[in-house]
Order: sequence, then structure tokens, then C-alpha cells
Amino acid sequence: MIDWTKLTWTQPPVMARDDLRDLKKLIDGSFRDFSREYGEALENFFYPLLKFLAGLQQLLLATPWPLMLVLLGLFAWIGSRSWKMVAGTVACFLVIGWLDMWEDTMATLAIVSVATFLCIAIGIPVGIWMARSNRVQAAILPILDIMQTIPSFVYLIPVVMLLGIGKVPGLIAVMIYAIPPIVRLTNLGIRLVDEEVLEAADAFGASRRERLWGVQIPLALPNIFAGVNQTIMMSLSMVVVASMIGVPGLGVPVLRAVTNQYLALGLMNGLAIVAIAIIFDRVSQSFGKRLQKHREGGHGV
Amino acid sequence: MSETKISIRNLYKIFGRNPASMVDRVRGGLSKPDLLDQHNHVLGLEDINLDIPASGVQVIMGLSGSGKSTLIRHINRLIEPTAGEIFIDGENVLAMKPEKLRDFRRFKASMVFQKFALLPHRTVIQNVLYGVQIQGVDEKQALDRAQRWLERVGLKGFELHYPAQLSGGMQQRVGLARALATDAEILLMDEAFSALDPLIRTDMQDVLLDLQDELHKTIVFITHDLDEALRIGENIAILRDGRMIQSGSGQDIILKPADAYVTDFIQDINRARVLQVGSVMDKDPSSATGPEIESTTAMEEALQVLAKSKAQSAIVVRRGKQVGSISLDQMIAAIARPKQGAAPEQRYR
Repeated sequence: MIDWTKLTWTQPPVMARDDLRDLKKLIDGSFRDFSREYGEALENFFYPLLKFLAGLQQLLLATPWPLMLVLLGLFAWIGSRSWKMVAGTVACFLVIGWLDMWEDTMATLAIVSVATFLCIAIGIPVGIWMARSNRVQAAILPILDIMQTIPSFVYLIPVVMLLGIGKVPGLIAVMIYAIPPIVRLTNLGIRLVDEEVLEAADAFGASRRERLWGVQIPLALPNIFAGVNQTIMMSLSMVVVASMIGVPGLGVPVLRAVTNQYLALGLMNGLAIVAIAIIFDRVSQSFGKRLQKHREGGHGV
Repeated sequence: MSETKISIRNLYKIFGRNPASMVDRVRGGLSKPDLLDQHNHVLGLEDINLDIPASGVQVIMGLSGSGKSTLIRHINRLIEPTAGEIFIDGENVLAMKPEKLRDFRRFKASMVFQKFALLPHRTVIQNVLYGVQIQGVDEKQALDRAQRWLERVGLKGFELHYPAQLSGGMQQRVGLARALATDAEILLMDEAFSALDPLIRTDMQDVLLDLQDELHKTIVFITHDLDEALRIGENIAILRDGRMIQSGSGQDIILKPADAYVTDFIQDINRARVLQVGSVMDKDPSSATGPEIESTTAMEEALQVLAKSKAQSAIVVRRGKQVGSISLDQMIAAIARPKQGAAPEQRYR
């Protein structure tokens, strides 16, 4: 197992070259077998998702741009209740259109909103589950740590091997990166709910479900919402990496700009991503703040 | 005495890794410090026996760490005992299945908390509604009921405020209204007024006593403040280090403190204001002379009556009947401070 001939003071014990190669081959080979065996089944499993994603993207592109601007303005208004926000949002998207980035922007919006929706749909229940059991928390926390720290290129390899290049593997890559904050913050938010308030709920005979929906989740909402915000931001920041495996959107021209040293192209598309990020961030933050209306007032809680 | 509402029998609570195995050791006389030293378990409550009469106010009193909050949480089983029994209306609370226990908490016992424990995301009226909603009362009726209790505690006009916008005293009024709105027969009050300023505390005591005159609930009231205990409680139980060291009426406790600890406790009480003529008198009215005084009169008032009429003694009456006599000397002796009980090195945590 160890090649003793190489051992020196500057070289710790090292595996023999042949052994190491065999090990890598073994891993590669078994994963290749696995993907040959199940790749198609997985692809079929994710087919509805692909359909949905492609459909949404087409819908966004088929929507007349004035209507799209109205919808975006409405979204900003619902979130922030501020005319400045609405005006800023509409102006940003007009500039994006003017600089001929409309199509890529719509593609990015499609993947980010699907990724965010799925992250919320999966992440919040998982977070609740973690909050209710220390054992579940102990099992899931390290997984989240791995998801957040492993370089995204590393998990792109098996994803691409399994599902090939395209929107679905891109979406999965985005989700692996973007789901941890919502899970963590849901778990944290529920665990931070005041013990005494929970005791009061118990004392009045609340069932577990009444306790969860009537007390824990409403009081955890600010944290859960911070998680949603982080998830949106992180999925936006993944669009460039995702474009490497064939996800359409603003990442594609950025990638092209990097490989060909097109400064202007990179800058414009990069700034478009930033603009979308800022809009989403401000809108979702002010929405989150409005959820905490009860925290205002002279006396601290 | 009226019938017993809550009956606590041989209740033990031990905190630690394996509490059940420690009960017999404690029964065998192992003390609290030894239990902690030798077995690393904390003795929370030791052999508590208490009968709480229906429609009465039972005060449980003790300093922090004496186990009083632990005890009150056993009554609605927020804490499970290590050994012992609790009967409410003859029914064993500890034998209740989860479903039954929830109904018991919903309909039979409600609770007021030291730090109010209001739901910060709900408005005042929604907080009062909380228990009623959980009972499953229909929306309109529930709202009527909540509104009525909110007005009864003097918070009309604050319905749509959030708890954080109210002062401490007002928040606790919300807590009280929330507990009363469920119409439960038993009201558990865990240091309900301890977090309030002295003036507001007295105010809230008045509110509670007023309500009790009308409602006749069974109230279990926890406090660390003897003045408050004497003011509110018909019966007072004193806890120390998880043991009940004395239980009786306020008058009993002041006149016959069970041990040095209780004696110390009652040191700074204004005896002239608390002690009643009826508790000190001779029970033989035959030789009595002087003005007539009602037996529930406080000493300080009785002394003034004697001073005004320049008499040396008085006749004590109860509901128009002469029941005893009391002399000026007896009264003065009764209001004198008792000697300090415990040696200084035994003072308490």
C-alpha cells in the first residue's frame, strides 16, 4: 500500500503509484457503471422538471416586453411598497433590453426562480424536520457543510456524468449550492423561538401542529425569510458556473467574455446579474421586514 | 373548608441522568447536597403533599431555587414528576393520555407566566383569543369572549396593539385576560406579578382579588414575596430546597412559624397590618369589656379603636356574635418582632 522508497523528511508516506491509479479507476469505473445503469432512469425522472423549466423560459420570452415590465414592477411593489423600487426595477430592465440582453436575462430569471422555488419547497420542510430533532440535525448539518464548501466544479463532474449537459444538471448544481442557507436558517429560526412562549402554547393545550404553525413558524419567519433571500442571491451567483454545463442565460456571454477577453461583453452581462441581484435582494428584504411589524414599538420584547 | 380541588401526594422530582433510581435513596434520607455530591442528581421536589381547596387561593412561596415554579408546572404536567400523584377533581393527572391531557390544559387549567409569554406576532386581542381558539370555540363567540375579558382587565382600546407596544403591567393584564378567557376553573399563576414595579404589582393584586370575588376560581399563586403572599393567599405553603416546610393560613405562619427559616422570612413583615384580632384573642368572651371589634380587623386598626375609646381591652365579635376578648398587652406582644431565627452562617441563597 505504501511506496517506502519515496519516503523522505519532506515526503510523507505515499501510496504506490499503481495502487493509487487502481483506486481512482475503481471509483471512476463503478460510477460509470452506475450512470450507465441508472442514467436514463434519472433523466426520465427529471424530464418533467426539464419540461417545466423550458416552458417557463419560453413563456417569459413569449410575454410581450411591456407586460413583462408591468409584472416586474408589480412584483417590486408587492415586495417593497415603494414607488422608487418600482421605478428602479423598470428602469433596470429597460436598460437591459436596450443593451440587447433581454433574452439571456429572461433565461436567467427562469432558472433562478425555478431553483429558488424548489429550494424553498425542499429546504423549509427539511429545516423544520431538523429543528424538531437533534439527531436529524446532527445528520444533516455535515451534509450542508459539504454542500457549501465543496468547490462547485467538483460536483459538476458526477452530475454531468449522470445527466449529461443541459438545463437540469445546471439546475441541480445551482440547488446544491443555494439550498443550504434556507435549510440552516429555517432550523435556526425555529430553534431560536422563545422557550417561554412555547411553554405558554403547551400550557394552553396546543397540539404539536398548532404549536408549529401558530407559534414556531410565524416567529421564525424573519429568519426563514433571510434564508430565502440568501438562496436567491446564491442561485444568481451560480449562473456563470451553470452556464459551463449548458444552462442558457447571462452566464453564457460572461463565460465567452472570459475565454476571449471581451471586456465590454463581460462587464455588461456581469452588471446585469448584479442589477437583478440587487432588485431581488431589496424587494425580498423589505418584504421580510414587513413581516416583523410586531417588533416595532417602544418596549423591547 | 370546601372540597379539595387539587390534591398532590408524595410528589418527588429529581433532575439527572437516571432520576427514577434515586427516589428510594432520597426516601431513605439522602439529603439534597449529598445527592448532588455522590450521584450528580439534583433534588427538585421532595415528598410534597398539599391539598388545595376549590375556589380558594393557594399561595406557594419560596426563594429562587426552592422548587416553587417546578411544583406549579407539575399541576398541568408541563413537567413530569419522578414519583407521586396529582389528583384534580379526583382524577389522576399523571394517568392522562396525551389527548386527554391536552383537553385538560385547554378547558380546565390556564396559566399566567412571570415573563408574560405573550405571542409577540399577535395583537393584544389575538393573544387573548389564543386559548379560546385552541378550544375550538367558533370565531364570533370567541371574539366576543376575548373582547369581554380584555375590557374586564381594563385594556379596552388596545385591541390592535402588539404586546411589544405595551408596558409590563399592561402586558401582564393581557396575560391574565388570556388565561381567564378560557373559562378554566383552575388558574395557575407563576410569579405572575414579580416582574412588575411595586405600585403596578399592588394594582394587579387588586385586579386579581376583585376578579376572584366574582369568579371563585381555584388559584395557585407562586411568589417569592411574603407581603404578596399574605395579601392574596388564604393558604400559604412555604418551600425550601424542594421541601414543604410549612403550610397554613397567613395568620398561622406569622404566629407559629415552623422553624428558624420561616421566622427569618417573616422578620420584616408589618405585623400590625397583617395580623388579625381573631388570631390573637382569648376565646372566652365572658369576662370581656370594652368596645366591640370584628375578628378580621387588623391590629393597627384595632389599636386605634382602643386608643380612641381609652379602653384596655376589647370584645371580639364575628358575624354579630361575641367570640372572644383581647387586651392591649396581648396586641402589643403580638406585633412585636420575633427574634431572628437562624444563625448568620446559615443564611440563605
